[in-house]
Amino acid sequence: MRHIISILIENEAGALSRVAGLFSARGYNIESLTVAPTEDPSLSRMTLVTSGSDEIIEQITKQLNKLIDVVKLIDLAESAHIERELMLVKIKTSHDTREEVKRMVDIFRGKIIDVTANSYVVEMTGQSSKLDAFIHGFEEGSIIEVVRSGPTGISRGEKGLHL
Amino acid sequence: MELSGGHILVQCLKDEGVEFVFGYPGGSVLHIYDAIFHQDEVKHILVRHEQAAAHAADAYARATGKPGVVLVTSGPGATNAVTGIATAYMDSIPMVIISGQVPSPVIGSDAFQEVDTVGITRPCVKHNFLVKDVNDLAETMKKAFYVATTGRPGPVLVDVPKDITDPNIKVPYKYPKKVVMRSYNPVVTGHKGQIKRAVEMLLTAQRPIIYSGGGVILGEGHKELTELTQMLGYPITNTLMGLGGYPATDKQFVGMLGMHGTYEANMAMHESDVILAVGARFDDRVTGKLAEFCPYAKIIHIDVDPASISKTVKVDVPIVGEVKPVLEQMIELIKDSKIKPSKTSLESWWQLIQSWRDVHCLEYDRNSKVIKPQYVVEQLYQVTHGEAYVTSDVGQHQMYAAQYYHFDKPRRWINSGGLGTMGFGLPAAIGVKLAFPEANVACITGEASIQMCIQELSTALQYNAPVKIINLNNRYMGMVRQWQEFSYESRYSQSYMDTIPDFVKLAEAYGHVGMLIEKPEDVRGALEHAFALKDRTVFLDFITDRTENVYPMIEAGKGHHDMKLRVAPGTPVDRELS
Ligand SMILES: Cc1cc2nc3c(=O)[nH]c(=O)nc-3n(C[C@H](O)[C@H](O)[C@H](O)COP(=O)(O)OP(=O)(O)OC[C@H]3O[C@@H](n4cnc5c(N)ncnc54)[C@H](O)[C@@H]3O)c2cc1C
Ligand SMILES: Cc1ncc(C[n+]2csc(CCOP(=O)(O)OP(=O)(O)O)c2C)c(N)n1
Ligand SMILES: [Mg+2]
Repeated sequence: MRHIISILIENEAGALSRVAGLFSARGYNIESLTVAPTEDPSLSRMTLVTSGSDEIIEQITKQLNKLIDVVKLIDLAESAHIERELMLVKIKTSHDTREEVKRMVDIFRGKIIDVTANSYVVEMTGQSSKLDAFIHGFEEGSIIEVVRSGPTGISRGEKGLHL
Repeated sequence: MELSGGHILVQCLKDEGVEFVFGYPGGSVLHIYDAIFHQDEVKHILVRHEQAAAHAADAYARATGKPGVVLVTSGPGATNAVTGIATAYMDSIPMVIISGQVPSPVIGSDAFQEVDTVGITRPCVKHNFLVKDVNDLAETMKKAFYVATTGRPGPVLVDVPKDITDPNIKVPYKYPKKVVMRSYNPVVTGHKGQIKRAVEMLLTAQRPIIYSGGGVILGEGHKELTELTQMLGYPITNTLMGLGGYPATDKQFVGMLGMHGTYEANMAMHESDVILAVGARFDDRVTGKLAEFCPYAKIIHIDVDPASISKTVKVDVPIVGEVKPVLEQMIELIKDSKIKPSKTSLESWWQLIQSWRDVHCLEYDRNSKVIKPQYVVEQLYQVTHGEAYVTSDVGQHQMYAAQYYHFDKPRRWINSGGLGTMGFGLPAAIGVKLAFPEANVACITGEASIQMCIQELSTALQYNAPVKIINLNNRYMGMVRQWQEFSYESRYSQSYMDTIPDFVKLAEAYGHVGMLIEKPEDVRGALEHAFALKDRTVFLDFITDRTENVYPMIEAGKGHHDMKLRVAPGTPVDRELS
């Protein structure tokens, strides 16, 4: 099953490599990983998407907790949560296709943030499945480049992951 | 007090109460060595290879319970130490390693003797630090000792760039009394409700067994474990790392379990209905084939490391906590409990165990004309009255040591279980002897293993650390040969050596005493003579039976009840029993 693990970790050089190293050394898979400092610059927030049996996920969370730099973590998939991913897509356009592309972007509530004679750059956030759907809506060859952040997430309700 | 980084490091060691630093100098640690030169409180032990520095410090920690300390230079010094660091890591041994690093401004430029030590050691340390500012040095050292010695212990490395120890840069020094790390809070006491459940399960068991491991030794829980076991009257087995956690000569002890464990220990595990696992990690050498592991048992597991629990075997009552306080709580609950273990079930359980004991799985040919390795270990046990510190290398000799030297006390059996590092034994013996100069220290080894750190004979002489080397010389990498005999139709590929050195001359060349023993009737006398030479290191080269194998054995992929037994002449071994 897919799990989305959200981690508060000391914002120190090497902290990211400890997490990445743990996954490769133990053969766990990482589908995606995002990191950035939080409002407290001494802490980073990391969101990691992985999958595996319940036993493997249990080991992953235990092993992550064992890392000295990890302050706290939760498995967002265990309760109600919100997930978002940011995507930037560069799409080929021509005189004939411009309108159609723009219509698609509007349907998906994206934004066109760069325009040249032959291309658009589209910015879009949403659940990963929505971003997938958007890409699948285009013919092969019409997409020049896709850049995705990987999902980040937060739990619903008042409770938060903090010190 | 204003000090330079080099002096700060040494002062931190003093403030931490460190007796010995095991190390080897080099460019990036010269400032530190200069600071060492200026004092004599912290004694530096110059080894002959950095791997040995780590093993000696590690064994010092295993024998004393205090953290071992290592100091090595950047690049090759650090990489040489890695095997020793990994050895300590796998057996959860508290150790602090200080490694020199190239000066901060040139880090990342492939400078002379630069390696990414923090990166290389990351997977085999509990934690590591790169010091970036001399003002952080003292606090980092305090953190290193704190992390290494608390929770599940382990090695912690502090990488110190040369500019940090610059003698011209002095900063105020104060060793912190205590450090708080918001991201590190090891659990100590166990969950009360879980402990209560565990006690009920234990007291209502029909065929209980206690399975204890290295955690009991590491967590100083042997007294409590012994009290609990004797209160209950249950059988107890130890892992290789747990030997000495319960007195081996006591009648409730059924021997080691696992691959080379006793028939009775493995059968009792297999047939048990409740297992109390204490500070043991269900290693694959212990469980055998997981699908067949203890099919009838409910399992209680006490461990400080939550990640050890249900890692390979799913347990029914997990208790996260230190062995000592948790066992204390259990003892109290058992005393107060109305439920008492059923006498009749326990009696029939012990009868069944006796029938397995009657197999005499450790019997061997005592009339052999060639020296049997088991015989040497038995004689060593007698000559040292079971009181010696015994270190070992890795191979058949290690298993004979574990099977035939009966450890009644913790911290006496010093071996590399998790990583299985050949070369461990001799430097380990030196580390132990330095900690306990009055004690008898024996290193049980093989002719292949001993050659992996043989250079330490020189260290033993320099620091007057007289140890007895018991070389069980079978002219084979016996453990490898045994597997080849069983699994590769005796194709002994690369498991023997044609040119084994003359160990007697070798020992003499290093300034020690060498003895060659070729006949069974000479074994006892040789050992007595060697131990009588109190202040000499003696290399006893025992020429043992080349074909001897370690039994019992659970071969890879088999369950506990599926053991290969020795058929020794004159012993009532019934192979059908399994
Ligand atoms: C050639 C060879 C053959 C071997 N054959 C066997 C064999 O037949 N049988 C055998 O048993 N082993 C054998 N081993 C050793 C095996 O590889 C493992 O090292 C060993 O079984 C692990 O022992 P352990 O379970 O006691 O765990 P350890 O490695 O000692 O781990 C200790 C456990 O206790 C926990 N702990 C630490 N401190 C505390 C505390 N204060 N409170 C609570 N918990 C704590 C830790 O978290 C950990 O889970 C062999 C090794 C070699 C090299
Ligand atoms: C550093 C290292 N390399 C290889 C091995 C694999 N290995 C395990 S036992 C063994 C043979 C040991 O031979 P010896 O020291 O003579 O002991 P014996 O088994 O003969 O008693 C080998 C090569 C190991 N454990 N460690
Ligand atoms: Mg050998």
